[in-house]
Amino acid sequence: MDGLYGPYGGRYVPETLIPALDDLEHGFEAARADPSFAAELEELGARYVGRPTPLYEAKRFPIDERRILLKREDLCHTGAHKINNALGQAVLAMRLGKKRIVAETGAGQHGVAAATVCARWGLECTVYMGSEDMRRQWPNVERMRLLGAEVRAVELGTRTLKEATSEAIRDWITNVDTTYYLIGSCVGPHPYPAIVRELQSVIGREAREQSLEALGRLPDAVVACVGGGSNAIGLFAGFIDDEDVRLVGVEAAGAASLGSGRAAILHGARSSVLADEDGQIADAHSISAGLDYPGVGPEHAHLRDTGRAEYVTATDDEALAAFRRLAATEGILPALEPAHALARALDLDAELILVGLSGRGDKDLAEVLAQ
Amino acid sequence: MKKLVIYLMSGHETPELAAAAEAGGADIVELGFPFSDPLADGPVVRVAAEKALAAGMRTAACLECLRTTRERVSLPLVPMTYSSLLEAYGWERFAADARASGADSLIVADLPVDERPELRRVQLVAPTSTDERISLAADRTDGWLYLVTVAGTTGARAELSPALAPLAERTRRLTDVPLYAGFGVSTPEQAAAAAALADGVVVGSAALLAAEDGTASLERFVAQLRAVLA
Repeated sequence: MDGLYGPYGGRYVPETLIPALDDLEHGFEAARADPSFAAELEELGARYVGRPTPLYEAKRFPIDERRILLKREDLCHTGAHKINNALGQAVLAMRLGKKRIVAETGAGQHGVAAATVCARWGLECTVYMGSEDMRRQWPNVERMRLLGAEVRAVELGTRTLKEATSEAIRDWITNVDTTYYLIGSCVGPHPYPAIVRELQSVIGREAREQSLEALGRLPDAVVACVGGGSNAIGLFAGFIDDEDVRLVGVEAAGAASLGSGRAAILHGARSSVLADEDGQIADAHSISAGLDYPGVGPEHAHLRDTGRAEYVTATDDEALAAFRRLAATEGILPALEPAHALARALDLDAELILVGLSGRGDKDLAEVLAQ
Repeated sequence: MKKLVIYLMSGHETPELAAAAEAGGADIVELGFPFSDPLADGPVVRVAAEKALAAGMRTAACLECLRTTRERVSLPLVPMTYSSLLEAYGWERFAADARASGADSLIVADLPVDERPELRRVQLVAPTSTDERISLAADRTDGWLYLVTVAGTTGARAELSPALAPLAERTRRLTDVPLYAGFGVSTPEQAAAAAALADGVVVGSAALLAAEDGTASLERFVAQLRAVLA
């Protein structure tokens, strides 16, 4: 079986998709072996995305002696780390000769990133979004439409990211000859988890260098929110070989795929999933649309099992409090997703903590003010 | 004679519906074990799966449904489901219990041929499959090969997929196992056209819709299909 992380990962998809996944795997390997691919991404990162993003010490945010550093992915073009992945996969799609992009989105950040790169290269873009998420993240729906994407409402099940992902995959199955599926997180069938990790690993690579440069040392712990887990896996990738650095993933308490899930198969991979004893996928519940997903990337499940990373939770209320505190003490509005990581950073048993601030909170204002 | 495979969703009425399908001339019944997130299925099967799950058709209840259906009909019964159910139940245990409950084979819609090769099942091939994968699937399949006529999900289409003819021709060159074509075969005309290219047809979504109106409606629909496949 391809693409395994311990007992997790794999390719549990209809046969129709297997040749496309093989093509993608070969295309990705060829791109990785081609120095011009890396050079193109680096150039785009610098000129279009705004990389490297700063590492900023939030001095007023902590409530005690802890020191908290923020890796400012919220300052990326489009306002979240999602653009790192969308840009890389768009370049990959064009290398594979695909002119149409299909994507799913929860909070809308990946959808906006996908719509953005499609506008940038003139690709056709269709984004599937649960109707409940469209309600919660309306500004992002309007942004995607302005960018020229077609946003298709998904009215199935919980009307959130899980159903949007299933619909995007069904679209891909139907249009596989012409269409590239631009998945937004480190989930899905092999090789997607590996591709997304690779494209997001720039976060951890920069953060490690910046930490050494600014402080002369590595942090005691790096903390990131985990929905599907792409910003966490990208940040962790930079520190995974530094055994003294703790890796801490923070899930939404109502969507803790790693904390309270079981081995199940969702969206093409075996992972730790919120599922019942019959393997039926359960509903997740979070105020944060980006974390409101019952699955998680297979590599996170493996990192949990091996003990290399630890996974904890934050409640909606804790995330909201951290959101307000960062705004009031630092003048930064975080997205509700990384607000979960910020909440746990405040009470984590560590002195120097590096937090992945994966996105900005403008999209969440209505939701926060309604609470 | 061409084979006719009818798909039914597991439920309280399934034994009677399977009997109606048999009376109408079906050769095999596929029995859906519903999954919450079925990637290969179009709207009709998805809605049927949601209803079945809401009515409590979890794995144990589906196996019980299989057992009572087995007592009612003599044609082969083939559970069709998704990997997550087997993962939760135990892969080997599922295969053993399904067999003990009267299953003649098994179809797992999201389990490509190279995953879990030890699990004996009817393999699926699609228009996108390479010759190499078709040969492997033919080698490992249990009795017949399921030709997925379209790149897409289950459910009715206006026309029979033009991808079926080249797929059937390619597959026929590579293997002698029987080939049954499904996905997007909903009318007697489409069934006849698909059967001209293969050894049998699978009708799913359209059979579910016919079954909604009861056993007489299903039997009538199956008989219409049977009539054009003779």
